[in-house]
Amino acid sequence: MKLLRNAWAWLAAAVLAAAGGAAFAQGTVEVPFFYPVAVGGPITKIIDGFAADFEKENSGIKLRPIYSGSYQESIAKALTAVKSGDPPVTSILLSTDMYTLIDEDAIVPFDDLVKTAEDRAWLKSFYPAFMENSQTGGKTWGIPFQRSTVVLYYNKEAFKEAGLDPNRAPGTWQEMADYAQKLTKRDASGNVTQWGVQIPSSGFPYWLFQGLAIENGVNLMNAAGTQVYYDKPEVIGALQYWVDLVNKYKVHPPGIVEWGTTPKDFFERKVAMIWTTTGNLTNVKNNAKFDFGVAMLPASKQRGSPTGGGNFYIFKKSTPAQREAAFKFIKWVTTPERAAQWGIDTGYVAVRADAWQTPTMKKYVEGFPAAAVARDQLPFAKAELSTHDNQRVTKALNDGLQAALTGTKTPEAAMKDAQREADRLLRSYK
Amino acid sequence: MREWLYAWLLLLPATALLALFTHYPAVANLWHSFYSTPRGARPATFIGADNYRQLIEDPIFWQALVNNLWYALGTIPLSIALALVMAVWVSERLPGRGFLRLAYFTPTVLPMIAVANIWLFFYTPGYGLFEQIGGALGFGSHNWLGSRSTALPALMLVTIWKEAGFFMIFYLAALQSMSPHLAEAAAIEGASRGYFFRRVTFPLLMPTTLFVLVNAVINAFRLVDHIVVMTRGGPDNATALLLYYIFEVGFRFWDSSYAAALTMVLLTLLAAVAILQFAFLERRTHYQ
Repeated sequence: MKLLRNAWAWLAAAVLAAAGGAAFAQGTVEVPFFYPVAVGGPITKIIDGFAADFEKENSGIKLRPIYSGSYQESIAKALTAVKSGDPPVTSILLSTDMYTLIDEDAIVPFDDLVKTAEDRAWLKSFYPAFMENSQTGGKTWGIPFQRSTVVLYYNKEAFKEAGLDPNRAPGTWQEMADYAQKLTKRDASGNVTQWGVQIPSSGFPYWLFQGLAIENGVNLMNAAGTQVYYDKPEVIGALQYWVDLVNKYKVHPPGIVEWGTTPKDFFERKVAMIWTTTGNLTNVKNNAKFDFGVAMLPASKQRGSPTGGGNFYIFKKSTPAQREAAFKFIKWVTTPERAAQWGIDTGYVAVRADAWQTPTMKKYVEGFPAAAVARDQLPFAKAELSTHDNQRVTKALNDGLQAALTGTKTPEAAMKDAQREADRLLRSYK
Repeated sequence: MREWLYAWLLLLPATALLALFTHYPAVANLWHSFYSTPRGARPATFIGADNYRQLIEDPIFWQALVNNLWYALGTIPLSIALALVMAVWVSERLPGRGFLRLAYFTPTVLPMIAVANIWLFFYTPGYGLFEQIGGALGFGSHNWLGSRSTALPALMLVTIWKEAGFFMIFYLAALQSMSPHLAEAAAIEGASRGYFFRRVTFPLLMPTTLFVLVNAVINAFRLVDHIVVMTRGGPDNATALLLYYIFEVGFRFWDSSYAAALTMVLLTLLAAVAILQFAFLERRTHYQ
């Protein structure tokens, strides 16, 4: 009986506490915020630190950061939350999820929140390459936060052994093929012990392939997200070059190259040059036991790379006060100083030019010049592939690329098939 | 009257759970498969059999189905045979059999995602375990998960390794409950071990085999974790199995009604297989 009475006492206390909490919460605006973790490092700690600092300066706002898994899991969680009627107020999701979120009527454009001249200047401060994936139809739907591009990492020791200048990375496609031939080592029975170059092709081969296509003169889609150009001669030519690295020059591992093990292949000296995200910079810096170089991707007709990574979005089902609070936080976290610090801590490219002028960033780049390669490549960077019905349209390309790389289809046939499928999917959006 | 009420009350918890989590979702799924996927401002509309028509024209669906059949054919007989051999072996009195049983059962206890990551390393070209063994024996390098012809067999091997130990436990339990008099009688009659196994042990294990078979078939169509970690359905859909494709359509393409139609195919398929198994094998099964 005593036990029961105790239970009642506890319950009463809990109810009182809850009521008290609710009364306290009336004065504050609560902002649930989903964020993914896609690179190594203490991301969760940094984000929680941001939230605490922000709340200290803005007492009326309660920011609730919620770790939501990988990018893929985050969009799944966010869209499920939208469908069940309880979405977060803001979230970091892939910049390429923009059309999906618009089609689901899940987000609001930032244009309604940008009111002052100061806000407008802030909106203009981001690199244009990053804004390409954040704007459509004359409106801004996402704010760049954790963004990246593709760069080339190379083993300087392997370069020296092959008689190449370790301070000069390949500048053109032809040069990359030549270098790779010199860097490919075979044992007595003809088995390769060190490949010249590798471009990962598992999971999302389209992203790295997009680098090749842009270098060959065209991007893969239009700005409205309603048309793709998979079967343009330049695109087929780009795929032909990739396939040639495998079959003609025999300097690239055959079959599908796993994205996840590519940095490890590099550390193990199984390959002398790799293409991967700038987000791997800190990883390579900590794990490569040899002197390595970072360079822009080589050019065919021009230099080029897609951008990648995540943007801030604001969800539609929220109160005006919540939107204002989220907007305030997004502005706060993208100030030059914080953008610079975030870039240094994670390896992401700081998203605005003035972030690179801050004292912290200048000092960092001085000690580690490789960090600036991604920034220098930004003028050549283009929007990452993103259209309406994005995942399906992208899958059509991924399947085609993998078919060509595994030898089941010629590059031309593979790209024509992918184009036909994408045209069919995009019919209803024109 | 009171007994009737009592029976229903006892059945109620299980029935409620089954209805809520099994029967209602299945019916709701069927219902949704006749509607279009609601997107933002556009609500779901009745479209009849359109999703099923799309399914017939979808080459990836057919490939996933064919892949799944090969996958089932490749993994089920082998893992059951292996389970039986292992069970017969470790049920005999031999030194260290407790350790052996544990070793065989370990794959089942390990979490799928961890297992898939370990196997991913085994298959890594260049320096993975298989490469190192193959290299030491003088074989060339092979990209097991990265070429169309070997990716699915490579996944099948993981499944066999994982399932065999699980099925072994059932066989082991059945063997343990078998009366030792049978073996003694057979020995007195002078039957060879092979003959005894073929005519006595195996028939007596038939109920277990049926149970294991039903489970194996369901598992073969239920696999998704390994694929997510190891291949994501690639290269070019060579390892896309039915459930993985449903997952992709539902939670990456967000086409929930088409995913519902695909799910109906999977449900029908599994129901048909289960009915066939019970109808045909039941007759040949000897219950004690």
